[in-house]
Amino acid sequence: MRVSIWRGRQQGGFSHYDVPRQASQTVLDVVTHVQRHLEPSLAYRFACRVGMCGSCAMTVNGVARWTCRTHVAEVAEGDRLEIAPLSNLPVVKDLVTDMRGFFDKWARAKGRFEGSATRHEDFARVEPGSQQRQLADAGIECIGCAVCYASCDVVTWRPDFLGPAALNRAWTLVNDVRDSAGVERLRAVAGDAGCHSCHTQGSCTTRCPKHIAPTAAIAGLKRITARAAVRGEL
Amino acid sequence: MNDATQQARAWYWQRISAMVLALCVVVHLITIVYAVRSGLSAEALLGRTRGNLPFAVFYVLFLLACVMHVPIGLARIGEEWLGMAASTAGFAARMFALLLLLLGLTAVYAVVLA
Repeated sequence: MRVSIWRGRQQGGFSHYDVPRQASQTVLDVVTHVQRHLEPSLAYRFACRVGMCGSCAMTVNGVARWTCRTHVAEVAEGDRLEIAPLSNLPVVKDLVTDMRGFFDKWARAKGRFEGSATRHEDFARVEPGSQQRQLADAGIECIGCAVCYASCDVVTWRPDFLGPAALNRAWTLVNDVRDSAGVERLRAVAGDAGCHSCHTQGSCTTRCPKHIAPTAAIAGLKRITARAAVRGEL
Repeated sequence: MNDATQQARAWYWQRISAMVLALCVVVHLITIVYAVRSGLSAEALLGRTRGNLPFAVFYVLFLLACVMHVPIGLARIGEEWLGMAASTAGFAARMFALLLLLLGLTAVYAVVLA
């Protein structure tokens, strides 16, 4: 199989390698083979190899994917594979991107749980079937791989846009009945850099490897912030 | 009013105006199909529209929904596709909306009252 891998930083080019095909081979297997046998200086990032940690996302044949759970057979075009770093993030080296911007936006979107109860109080009881719990559950399995962020055209157009992952995280907290950040979080996610910049193109939802729908989360944030703004609470 | 509140309100009004537009566009299309059936000459058209107050009310409503809806989207296009500053894009979009309002009102006046 002919594999093209990005070498360099923001400026660079594709180097080409011949990698033997194996049964059930993943894209991460291919990159690992290249680094161990053909190009020891190749930089890439991975940890768990089982789709939990969210560190191995790359652009494979033009589409952002988690490489550890992507089989070569599903994505190879003929006998070719092109592997590049994620879009919308600065390249540190080869396939490694600088994720700081991505995670800083989680902080800007107030993606941290803010509780008001103390250890002296009883556990909060949240009905598993309640609507808010269901909405929070729908987005809670995000592994922070940035596939959605790299797939989002709005992030490309507006580099300050918070992006699908951070807004999805904020939406899970908005629906967490124990959380007390309320209006403060709504203020953080509304506005030009926030949910109102989303054009509902849905690339994030199409490409999320965990089948989360950030588009739905962002629509939820638009509804709830509009309601707050109309009531003068925002 | 801060940016968050402004954007949230803009989104709300764009939504509301979109609902009005959806209804108006359907009525407008039906009106076109209906009007074509009985001739498209200037006399035939003006004969139906002159002094037709419900017609005027409907199209003024349609126009107001456009005037509300269009600048919000245009400002976004200006910012994202033409790289305009938010304030410049907002101003240009509002000016365009004003032009729409003037042209639309002139048109309604011309076919109903003039």
